[in-house]
Amino acid sequence: MSTQAPPPPAVATELLTYREALRAALREELARDERVFLMGEEVGLFEGAYKVSAGLLAEFGPERVRDTPISEEGFVGAGVGAAMLGERPVVEIMTLNFLLVAMDMVVNHAAKVRTMFGGELGCPLVIRTPAGAGNQLTAQHSQSFEGWFAGTPGLKVLAPATPADAKGLLKAAIRDDDPVLFVENLPIYKQKGEVPSDPDHVEQIGRAKVVRPGSDVTLVAHSLATLRALAAAERLQQEHGVSAEVVDLRSLRPLDSETVAASVAHTNRAVCVEEGWPSYGVTAELAARIQHACFDDLDAPVERVGMAEVPLPYAKPLELAAMPSEERVAAAVLHTLGMAPNPGSG
Amino acid sequence: MARQAQAEPKQMVARRSRAQRDGTAAAETPAQAQDADLAVVGDRDAVALEATLARYERMQLIRLFEEEAERQYKAARIGGYCHLSSGQEACTVGTVDSMRPDDVLITGYRCHGFALARGVPAGAVMAELFGRRDGCAHGRGGSMHMLDVQRGFLGGWGIVGGQLPVATGAALALRRRQRRAAVLCELGDGAVNVGAWHESLNLAALWRLPIVFLVVNNGYGMGTSVERSSAEPELYRRAAAFRMHGERVDGDDLDAVMAASERLLAAAREDFVPAVLEAVTYRYRGHSVADAGLAYRTREEIAEHRSHDPILRVADSLRRRGVSEEALERARLCAARDVAEAVSFAEHSPDPELSSLARGVYAPGSDAQFARMLPGSPFGEEQLVFAAGLGR
Repeated sequence: MSTQAPPPPAVATELLTYREALRAALREELARDERVFLMGEEVGLFEGAYKVSAGLLAEFGPERVRDTPISEEGFVGAGVGAAMLGERPVVEIMTLNFLLVAMDMVVNHAAKVRTMFGGELGCPLVIRTPAGAGNQLTAQHSQSFEGWFAGTPGLKVLAPATPADAKGLLKAAIRDDDPVLFVENLPIYKQKGEVPSDPDHVEQIGRAKVVRPGSDVTLVAHSLATLRALAAAERLQQEHGVSAEVVDLRSLRPLDSETVAASVAHTNRAVCVEEGWPSYGVTAELAARIQHACFDDLDAPVERVGMAEVPLPYAKPLELAAMPSEERVAAAVLHTLGMAPNPGSG
Repeated sequence: MARQAQAEPKQMVARRSRAQRDGTAAAETPAQAQDADLAVVGDRDAVALEATLARYERMQLIRLFEEEAERQYKAARIGGYCHLSSGQEACTVGTVDSMRPDDVLITGYRCHGFALARGVPAGAVMAELFGRRDGCAHGRGGSMHMLDVQRGFLGGWGIVGGQLPVATGAALALRRRQRRAAVLCELGDGAVNVGAWHESLNLAALWRLPIVFLVVNNGYGMGTSVERSSAEPELYRRAAAFRMHGERVDGDDLDAVMAASERLLAAAREDFVPAVLEAVTYRYRGHSVADAGLAYRTREEIAEHRSHDPILRVADSLRRRGVSEEALERARLCAARDVAEAVSFAEHSPDPELSSLARGVYAPGSDAQFARMLPGSPFGEEQLVFAAGLGR
C-alpha cells in the first residue's frame, strides 16, 4: 500500500505477508511465554487450514500446538477453562462462520468470567479467525459478523488491516489479560507490508489510526474494508480531486471514537465501510457515535457501505454485486459530497 | 445398583497419602464400614466415625440452608432464580469430600450445596443469595453462580452443559502444568443431551484429562423425566461411546458415593483416567422455588423418596455404630445455628457500592485501552461505566 505512512526509519522492519506476520507473532509469543499454546482444527500436522501456523508444530511440539477434533464449542470452552487457570491459549477457528457453534462459550462464558468472579479470575484467551467473502464461498462461509461480538461487554475485538498491525496486535492480544476475538481476513492473508522485527514491539489495543490524511471526507473502516477505503480514496483523488481521510479502526472493542470524531470534526463528512451487513453492524455503531459526537460538525448525513443484506450467492457476478466494493465506497463518498445521486448504498 | 469396581492398590495408597497430608480421616471402604458395624472400635474407626458425623452435620447444614433459602426467597429477600438441592445431600457431600484441596470443582447452577460442601462459609453463600457485598461471588452471581477461588470452586455456571467444556479446559491446564490434581465437574441429568457433553467427553478421553464428570441424576431436567428425554436412560453408559469408564452409584448412599468418587478422582489425578460417575438421587423441591414440582410427578413419588432420605440413612448408620441421639441432635443444632447466623450475616452485609458497577468487566490496565471510547457514547455511559474504571 503506497498510501500507508512508512514506519519511522529507526525501527528495523522486514517485508512480510499478513499471514507471515501472524506466524511471527505466534512464534515469538510461544517462545516468550510457556503458558501460551495454540489449539484448533488442523493447526498442527496440517499446518493450518490457511497455513498461518505452518512450521510451529515442528518447532514447539504437540503440547504447544494442539490439534483438535471438529468440536468448536468443546475446544473454545476448553480454552476458557485453561485460561481461567492461568494458561494463555490461542484458539484458531478455521473461519469466523464456525464460531457460531461456539457462540455460547464466547459470549456467555469467556466474556462473563472476570465479572462473575468479581475480578478474582480472568480469561486471557485469544480466539483468532478469518472472516470475509469474495471467493465464491457462498452463504454459509462468507460472513463478517465481528460486530456481534464487539457489542458484548467483557470481550475485546481486534481486526487489523496490515501485516504490521497483524503482528503487533496479535502479540498485544496474547499478552492481554482479557478474552480477545482477533478477526483476520481471508483475502488479505497474501497482502505484504513492512513489519517491525523487534519481538518486543507490541501495538496498543484501542487505538485507531489515520492511515491516509485528507480534508473533504472521512472514511472509517477495519480489516479488508480499510484496504477498500484506501483504494477508493486514491481513485477519488485522481478522478475527482476529492481528498479523503481514512481512519483504520484496528480495534472494534475498545472503539477509538475519539480519533474518528476528531477526523470527522475536521472533514465534516463521514462514510463508514465494513465487510459485514450494515444493519445493527459496526457501521451502525459508528454512525450513532459520529452523529452524537459531531452533530454540529456534520455537513451531510453519515453514509454506510457494507455487504448487501442477503445471504451471499455463489454466482460470481451476484457475489461481486453484493460486496462493498471500491466503486460502491467511492460512489457513497461522491453522494455525501453532493457530487452524485444516491447510489443506493444507504 | 452400582457397578462395584475393585479398589486397586495404587488408589489405596493415594487415599492414605491424602489422610496423611490433610490430617483428616480417609474415607472408609465398605470393608471398613463392616468393621465398624462389628464394633471393632479402634483409633482409626473413631476417626472415621468422627468424619462421618461431620459429614452428617454438613448434610444437615445443606438441608436447613436450602429450607431457609426457600423461606427467604418467598419473603422476597432473594431474587432471580433459586434452585434448591434438598434430597441430594449425600451425593453433594460425598463427592466434594472426596476431593483434595488442590482439586478443582466446577458445577451447574444448582450449587448452594456444593459451595457449602466445599467449605464456603454459609454466611457468604447466604449473602450472595441476598446480593450483598460479602457474598462469595461479590454480589455478582446470586443463586446460580456461587464460587470460591481460594477453595478451588470455579463456579456455579448457569447454561445447561456450558460448564462442561470449561471444566475440560481446567483439566487440560492441570495436565499441562503436571499438577497432581483433578477436576470434579458436576452436571444434571438434563445436561447429557447437549452437544457440549459429547464434545467434552470426547476431548477428555482423547487427551486423557484428569476429570470426573459427576452426573447428578435427580430424575428430572426441569419437568422432563430422564425417561422422557434420554434414549439411553442409564446415563453412565454413554461414557462407553468415548471408551471412557462410566459407573452408576446410589447417590443417596454416602459411603457408596465416597467410595466411588474417591476411586475415580484418584484415577484421574494419578493416571489421567477421566470418568463419568452417575449418582442417582432425587430432588424433593421443584426445579426452582417458583416450581411446585407437582405437575410432572406425584406426591406419592416424593413421599416414597423421602422415606429413604439420605440424611436419615446416615443417621441410622451412625446410630448402628454407637453414636448417641444426643450427638446427632447436637450436630443438627449446630447446623441450624450456622444457618441462623448466615441469615444474620447476610442481613448485615451492605449492598455492593454503585460505583463498583463496571468493576472487573475488564482486567486492570484496560482503562487506557478504553480511554478513547467515550465520544458519542450512549447517554449516561460515562457515569455508569467509565467514571469508576473498568478493571479495578
